[in-house]
Amino acid sequence: MVKNRWVGAIALGALILSSSSVAAGGPKMEAANNVLGNVRSLQRGARHFVNYCMGCHSAKYVRYNRLADDLQLSEQQVTDNLMFVGTKLLDTMNIAMDPLDAGRWFGQVPPDLSLIARAKGTDYVFNYLKGFYLDPERRNGTDNLFLPGASMPHVLWELQGLQKPVYEAIIDVNGSVHKVMVGFERVTEGLLNPEEFDQFVRDLTNFLEYISEPVKLERKKLGVRVLLFLLVFFLFSYLLKQEYWKDIK
Amino acid sequence: MKSERTPAFERVTDRMQALLVWIDARFPLSKMWREHISEYYAPKNFNFWYYFGSLAMLVLVLQIVTGIFLTMSYKPSAAEAFASVEYIMRDVNWGWLIRYMHSTGASAFFIVVYLHMFRAVLYGSYKKPRELLWLFGMLIYVALMAEAFFGYLLPWGQMSYWGAQVIVSLFGAIPFGIGEALVEWVRGDYFISDITLNRFFALHVIAVPFALVFLVIAHILALHEVGSNNPDGIEIKEHKDADGIPLDGIPFHPYYTVKDIMGVAVFLALFSAVVFFAPEMGGYFLEHANFEPANSLKTPEHIAPVWYFTPFYAILRAVPDKLLGVLLMGAAIVMLFILPWLDRSPVRSIRYRGWIFKLAVTLFAVSFVALGYLGMQPVSVAYTLAARFFSTIYFLFFLLMPFYTRWDRTKPVPDRVTFHG
Repeated sequence: MVKNRWVGAIALGALILSSSSVAAGGPKMEAANNVLGNVRSLQRGARHFVNYCMGCHSAKYVRYNRLADDLQLSEQQVTDNLMFVGTKLLDTMNIAMDPLDAGRWFGQVPPDLSLIARAKGTDYVFNYLKGFYLDPERRNGTDNLFLPGASMPHVLWELQGLQKPVYEAIIDVNGSVHKVMVGFERVTEGLLNPEEFDQFVRDLTNFLEYISEPVKLERKKLGVRVLLFLLVFFLFSYLLKQEYWKDIK
Repeated sequence: MKSERTPAFERVTDRMQALLVWIDARFPLSKMWREHISEYYAPKNFNFWYYFGSLAMLVLVLQIVTGIFLTMSYKPSAAEAFASVEYIMRDVNWGWLIRYMHSTGASAFFIVVYLHMFRAVLYGSYKKPRELLWLFGMLIYVALMAEAFFGYLLPWGQMSYWGAQVIVSLFGAIPFGIGEALVEWVRGDYFISDITLNRFFALHVIAVPFALVFLVIAHILALHEVGSNNPDGIEIKEHKDADGIPLDGIPFHPYYTVKDIMGVAVFLALFSAVVFFAPEMGGYFLEHANFEPANSLKTPEHIAPVWYFTPFYAILRAVPDKLLGVLLMGAAIVMLFILPWLDRSPVRSIRYRGWIFKLAVTLFAVSFVALGYLGMQPVSVAYTLAARFFSTIYFLFFLLMPFYTRWDRTKPVPDRVTFHG
């Protein structure tokens, strides 16, 4: 009887564990390890974003003049290097592509990227950009490990090179065989070596994190001061309370 | 050091005194100050649990003030709402701070209110003669849930949209065609749309806050009529001095004003830690999916309400039948309303109750937290079983209360208040 109860408990525990691992789901992700305070990285990320992403993706909540301030660039530098569409510094990072055309070309309108890092997380962005692999059945010739059926083509193929998936046959508890993707194998070399490409994607991810909440660093800096003030305020309020309450017994 | 009273100073104080006399002849200002603040006698043995009433008032004020400033830049239209929130976050001076204070304030409100309510359960503060005080409090809680629900649609993110979709559709469980018609009436459309957003905005910024403020005033008037309970659960009014002042009472001002200010300092430190360092609170205060604009064609993989609703959401999902689930969810709230009439114990405070009540309260608290956790998780067999188990305990706590509070062996209650913990 006692033994039965233990078995039941273990079974229930296993059930909970297995269901939570299913819930976590998805392939394993590398940590993006980007540093928001690294201004040079943000500057490079901004350049990559304008050169490689902004053909199709807007960042319509981001203003060019704010970029200049936060990324420590002069207005001239921003105008020369980041603004290609004849916009004004006060404008936001909009694009010229017609959403109707975009829908026809890609099957869906490429999403605005102002908030993508907040909605999906920086690790996702980092891994997604590295996760394109050759798949002859897809219209673009590639699919993405982290977003199966992605309608976005492998824009960075020239830099990363092409990779194909490596499968392994795995036999599950029921005895049936599954093909599981365990990694990638390089097919063609890119212009960048793997370390350089990681850094490229990391800078881009960093920039996307920055535009998702431009005030992030400033907010933390202010937070320290606010907490220090509240600490002092607490000390005085504590002493005041002690003074008033000393004869309450 | 003796302060020198200059003639100018004398003149000013005389003028102020004259002004007060002028006002008091026309409005009961001094009288109200005395009745509710300087001569409101509260028990002197309030402990940690007694900070949360004043903190709830503070959060209410914070929400109203930040809300007013948000309204100045927010646009309640399906086409502009999401962008206007980002405009506040990026382009409005200090907009990000006001918005984070408001979004963190929503969760903070529920945290302090849950602790405030749990205090009442621990010390029997809902028992006679404080039933109406408890009922006003419960109405505040329900109004707060409505306020939070309406407010959550306003950023017009994916979770705003689909969360509203799920919760509004719950009314659809009502049979005989009433439900369907009701859902349409609430939305004002065949789906959550611009019209729904506009009316939720109206309810969020005018109707519900108005009701909330009115209920809070009623709550405080009822409290000051019967007097505060205390951790010993005894009436301080039973022992008065020659002037009719309770022997165990101290004036609310200055004693509890200075004590509450200290509580405010600690609360604001915790609150600021969230606002400045983790405004999303790992997705619990601001859900990640809500940074994607509402899209009526794309259902998110996993729709979960914000944490403060999840205990009730877990109860809803624990029941296979939708109508029954909705009814049970409603019943979970109704149970709280009738609490004063379920408790048959001769004593109020948990300090003088027996082991049965102590065990029951512990199980209840554990169940509530467990249900809150389960309500956030995706559906699975094990989780559903667990949710059923904890829902059962939740309801048994209330339904069996008339019996176990009578059987429970209580300890003798002291005459005068005590200090311990």
